[in-house]
Amino acid sequence: MGRKLLTEHINVEGIETLDVYRKHGGYRSVEKALKTMTPDEVVEEVKKSGLRGRGGAGFPTGLKWSFLAKPEGVPRYLVCNADESEPGTFKDRQLMSKLPHLLIEGMITGSYALGANTSYIYIRGELLYVLRILEKAIAEAYAAGFLGKNILGSGYDLDLYVHPGGGAYICGEETALLESLEGKRGNPRNKPPFPAVQGLYARPTVVNNVESIAAVPVIVNEGGDEYAKIGVGKSTGTKLFSACGHLNKPGIYEIELGLPVEEFIYSDEYCGGIWKGRELKAVVAGGSSVPILPKELILKTAAGENRLMTYESLSDGGFVTGTMLGSGGFIAMDETTNIVRNTWNFSRFYHHESCGQCSPCREGTGWLEKVLHRLVHGHGQMQDIDLLVSVAKQIEGNTICPLGEAAAWPVAAAVRHFRDEFEWHVTHPQEATKAGAIFPGKLVTA
Amino acid sequence: MESTAVKPQFSEAAKAEIERICKQYPDDRRKSAMLPVLHIAQAEFGGWVSPEVQDIVAEVLGVKPIEVYEVSSFYTMFNLKPVGKHVLEICRTGPCMLRGSEELTAQLERITGAKVGGPASEDGLFTLKEVECLAACGFAPIVQVREQYYEQLDTPEAVDAMLTELRNQVHRPALPWEETGLPNALANN
Repeated sequence: MGRKLLTEHINVEGIETLDVYRKHGGYRSVEKALKTMTPDEVVEEVKKSGLRGRGGAGFPTGLKWSFLAKPEGVPRYLVCNADESEPGTFKDRQLMSKLPHLLIEGMITGSYALGANTSYIYIRGELLYVLRILEKAIAEAYAAGFLGKNILGSGYDLDLYVHPGGGAYICGEETALLESLEGKRGNPRNKPPFPAVQGLYARPTVVNNVESIAAVPVIVNEGGDEYAKIGVGKSTGTKLFSACGHLNKPGIYEIELGLPVEEFIYSDEYCGGIWKGRELKAVVAGGSSVPILPKELILKTAAGENRLMTYESLSDGGFVTGTMLGSGGFIAMDETTNIVRNTWNFSRFYHHESCGQCSPCREGTGWLEKVLHRLVHGHGQMQDIDLLVSVAKQIEGNTICPLGEAAAWPVAAAVRHFRDEFEWHVTHPQEATKAGAIFPGKLVTA
Repeated sequence: MESTAVKPQFSEAAKAEIERICKQYPDDRRKSAMLPVLHIAQAEFGGWVSPEVQDIVAEVLGVKPIEVYEVSSFYTMFNLKPVGKHVLEICRTGPCMLRGSEELTAQLERITGAKVGGPASEDGLFTLKEVECLAACGFAPIVQVREQYYEQLDTPEAVDAMLTELRNQVHRPALPWEETGLPNALANN
């Protein structure tokens, strides 16, 4: 069994309270950083750890921190992105509701490293009940002297607040999140300027995912080099995977990066195999935005090597035969799954969540949804399949934010790997649209 | 009718909570409290935000009403039309669909008599609303009602238990700044 750096104590009774959390080593990183390290030394440890943004993009966190502009006399901010909305992803909700102090500890240590005196946790509005849990924990942290003025006598001041969203996937995009935090619609901003220079209130800002910030305490406590020893190559440390769909044991699993995908799916220690004794058909490995892969390609790379749960191995083969680790939203689909219908469902999601600012995304996501809808309902024509690919291509790269790509990739990948199932919907519309219809053909493997 | 309508008023407890929230942002950035204040407004005024309610939100934030309207219409959590006592937000996105959200929706329509996207059930108890991913995919299918998640609603018993609990709720659960929960249905609902 791998090491659990974040969730080791998640099931300890009372761990959501400061006392119990401290008994299990909580807030040590705050004491260590504020009393024995300079802010730059903390940044250096995070750089050495090789930690990569856990929200989906996988950008090195330490590097992102080092880009923060520090003009004299201008406040800067650390903002935690807790707008977890990527379909298939539910790790941050679990982490925050069960281990609120872990995130708070990471926010304090991280804010100290960045020189922020006010920090925000932007949590999706649907999770108001988690906001209440966090606010209670924050009040405890103030009372214990970990927040507020002159923390632990170090002379460092920090105020930490939780801010709810209102229901909009797009606010997970960091500049849309900042707009939303300013009380506006969540329209992503044009970049540059990047948030590191002009973020919240046009001041230098770092936006990090919950899981990234939660990894900071262990990195500070054990050292970046120690953290980097876990994992494989540039995929260091542990990662939370949200396992869902047709699995025997869906849930949150913290794994050491490098675990074989096959072991993750079939081992009783993790997902315990596919439900109802069925066969696996396909997996979306990193949240709904990443390319879907058929069973053969998620278990082995095109070169026949075991696929590992690392950033590099999952993307091996590019988009032709690979995918992405993304947010770690791991959606498994059994042999009865209708891939066309599932693709339509995801397209409806992106159409619904497009902010409408860029026409390729606003119009393109609508096209994708409509064309898929008619295929699902048996009114599609053969040329519709290429039309989907064409529309997806015209969205990709032509929008302000990555929602365009997120909408285009799943469609392009579904057609790439399951074209004959799309064709079946055109050639056998009556059969394909019957309730519970199962595609009888052989699965295409690229 | 408009001229005689009573202007909605936040309760004293809600006003205090709004002031607490506004202090979280720089003094000249009161507008930042927009979303939290809209959530309070929706909880105060029967589960939806009428134009009149949005106007008082604008007033407490010191912004123009249009700045509230453009936000309330952007975010899906804010109901812009009257709703039943309980709004059932059913997740319809992929992972929930794989575990039976379509069947769940059909079942809830059958039991309550309400239709997704339509008006409340005849008894005024339930409004059905389909929403996108609620970030609880491992516990699918799920329904959110106010701040409560109901998970693994894949058996008739689980659905029954949820509906019974809601039917028995006279007041909505109290929020941290309230002594007791407000009645679910208010005059403007």
